[in-house]
Amino acid sequence: MRLKYFVALAIVIMVSAAMVVFAQPPAGSGSITGKVTYTGTPPKMKPIDMSKEPSCAKQHTTPVTTENVVTGPGNSLEWVVVFISAGDQGAGGPSQAARYDQKGCQYTPHVLPLEAEQQLQIYNDDQTSHNIHPLAKVNQEWNKSQPPGSPPIDTKWEKPEFIPVKCNIHPWMHGYFVVLKTAHYSVTGNDGSFEIKGLPAGKYTVTAWQEQYGTKTQDVTLSGSEAKTANFVFTATPY
Amino acid sequence: MIPNKLAVRFALGSMALLTLGATVVTAQATHVNSVNPNLGAPSVESEQSHIDGVTGHAYNGKKLYRRFCIGCHGPDGNGEGENAQWIDPKPRDFTEATFKCRSTPTGTLPTDEDLYNAITRGFVTTNMPQWRPLSPQQRADLVAFVKTWSPRWAKEKSGTPLTIPSETPITIDSILRGRAMFQKLECWKCHGPEGHGDGPSAATLTDDKSNPIRPYNFSTGTRFMCGETNQDLYRIFMTGLDGSPMPSFADVVKPDEAWDLVHFLRTMQPLKTQEASLWQSYVSAHGKDIKPIGPDSAAGAQ
Repeated sequence: MRLKYFVALAIVIMVSAAMVVFAQPPAGSGSITGKVTYTGTPPKMKPIDMSKEPSCAKQHTTPVTTENVVTGPGNSLEWVVVFISAGDQGAGGPSQAARYDQKGCQYTPHVLPLEAEQQLQIYNDDQTSHNIHPLAKVNQEWNKSQPPGSPPIDTKWEKPEFIPVKCNIHPWMHGYFVVLKTAHYSVTGNDGSFEIKGLPAGKYTVTAWQEQYGTKTQDVTLSGSEAKTANFVFTATPY
Repeated sequence: MIPNKLAVRFALGSMALLTLGATVVTAQATHVNSVNPNLGAPSVESEQSHIDGVTGHAYNGKKLYRRFCIGCHGPDGNGEGENAQWIDPKPRDFTEATFKCRSTPTGTLPTDEDLYNAITRGFVTTNMPQWRPLSPQQRADLVAFVKTWSPRWAKEKSGTPLTIPSETPITIDSILRGRAMFQKLECWKCHGPEGHGDGPSAATLTDDKSNPIRPYNFSTGTRFMCGETNQDLYRIFMTGLDGSPMPSFADVVKPDEAWDLVHFLRTMQPLKTQEASLWQSYVSAHGKDIKPIGPDSAAGAQ
């Protein structure tokens, strides 16, 4: 009797071990592409006066403006994060560290999408002190000073969240960490286009997030290694 | 056959026990939910605090909270009590578990002792009074209760307290090095070139709830928000005041440099301190050569 139990137990353990070892996420070659645009009137971005910080002001040859709604040709919207919010089957391989820079008293990139638990390195490339203050609610808020020449701040976020980040010393500095559960995401460029690659066949919910206008979602079904199109249109308000 | 009967009895017995256990667990869960909307927060029945041999109990703290704290911090612990609309800075929202006065690194939970000290000391320049009239036991009970407002207290441990090495000698050299730090770390951008709380960014500052907030004005000479000693001052800028614009400098300032900064900061207060008298005699001897702090200054060069 006992022997039988042991054998059964051993089989169960071996099978589950095998499942762990071989449970690689399916690799896919499908993709979702599209364009994010707006209708209506977006707000005018305000000019930023950096004269109080000459070391930053002199890095900019063109006028700097706020970036909460950045538009491009053909009513396109820049800095929109488009990602798989449901139906994601995982992605293999570790992702490398995400890099966030403070340069010319601005955050580059303005919006940084990254995965939960992904390593994040924050650099100060300026000749002035910054304090980096992510206003997290789901994750834990923190606030660190980073004088010029300091090593990068090495950190990570545990849970998915759209986290605004600011520098209290330079109040115009404003950006976002977009912490996602998925490795399948894309940020729109100035032409509003995005491409999410490497998707296996499946049913997906695709979400587009814009910092001022919130989220829009669409369902997309991929049946093989095809390229589907999903366009998003946000309603822009001038305030 | 007899062993089988025994086995059946045993099985029935354990099932009954399991059911009972499950009922107790469910009952407790519903109870906690009805008290506290923060799912997963420590239960009022069992949460404790430990301060210097005193064990605080949340169930006792709850009664004290309802009597002494609810008016400002509110029935839901979110800082929206009926008095809150008249108060600035706003009462602490305990559901966020973000605290200004900590001995622990930025982004971590404070220790029980940090919360106890905050209740005891109160916060000068705010509406939070000292609670010394409450016994140490009562204050410890309140600390335990405060920890039942957020699930973070169930999931995380308090951060490791900062170690503060013994103070370096107070000398004019230390003060001058501290002054250079004040310039280099851009403390003056908020606290002002002379520590009057009027730096170029001061007017723009907001806390994590977007409420306007002022930087400390050294020329008032009042106690600091998180204490009054040189050690408290050291701790304030090293750990930062979470939820406010004041960042942590622990990663970028070495202990010796931190003491230098403490010594300089003291010279900006109108108090009869050793630092202030050293600085005054330096100023009367070298007044002309001292470069003012601010933009374009050669880092407060000596």
